[in-house]
Amino acid sequence: MSAAPTQVYRVWIKATPEQVWVAVTAPEWTDRYGYGGLPEYGDLTPGTEYVINPSESMVAMGVEGPIIDGEILEADPPKRLVQTWRMLMDDGLRAEGFTRLSYDIEPQEGGVTRLTVTHDCTHAPGNAAMIAGEGEESGAGGGWAWVLSDLKSLLETGTALRGTA
Amino acid sequence: MTGDYLVTYLQAVEDDDAIFRALADPTRRHLLDQLFRRDGRTLTELEQDLEMTRFGVMKHLKVLEDAGLVTTRKAGREKLHFLNPVPIRLVHDRWIDKFTERRVSALADLKHSLEDESEETT
Repeated sequence: MSAAPTQVYRVWIKATPEQVWVAVTAPEWTDRYGYGGLPEYGDLTPGTEYVINPSESMVAMGVEGPIIDGEILEADPPKRLVQTWRMLMDDGLRAEGFTRLSYDIEPQEGGVTRLTVTHDCTHAPGNAAMIAGEGEESGAGGGWAWVLSDLKSLLETGTALRGTA
Repeated sequence: MTGDYLVTYLQAVEDDDAIFRALADPTRRHLLDQLFRRDGRTLTELEQDLEMTRFGVMKHLKVLEDAGLVTTRKAGREKLHFLNPVPIRLVHDRWIDKFTERRVSALADLKHSLEDESEETT
């Protein structure tokens, strides 16, 4: 399979929209599931340039400088966050430039929140393959499906799948 | 706390039921296969190689969408269908891993015992 340019991932989490918002924006939460990483989003005003810094364990493995950068395009807490997103950890992926990432957070019945991640990797096939989890066998992680499963585990049980939380 | 755990567990079981029911039908598996090969398709594209009415295909897509296996998104006047692998990932993490681990270790044991035997006979 060659990964689709635009991919949509959805997960239902037993949590409030506010909790999900915090879990995707606040560094003390984002570092506890999936790939980890410490975003500096500032006050999230559209036009703000942001970076995501490596987690402690990445720094220990020799990662230097931000792992992701981009610009906030739209922020409507706790409903919607849209940003440009460029992976910096790999020269090839970095050269593909900025992709577009959206989080949509919608309350459902019964205290459940629906989180939809839409990642537009048009003209960025390497990034598209990575977020689809195609590099999982070689240690590149399981992409968004893995990240969102991990996020659900963390919010519902207090423990992430990787068991470091 | 025990009560909370039970609620979470029941929720999880209900979710799984919908996923397994959705996957139990060959037409729906075919639709998922099509989206796996190329994601973001319209209803018209999806119904092309199915000998079924448009309404029939829509009903199957609705079951897949209710189970969370397909998401849709508007692009201009078109409605595009996307494969959502997250529920399958969750089922995998919750159920399959548990059983495959044991099977893999059983196979490894079998391999060892066969190798031991062949060493003995040669």
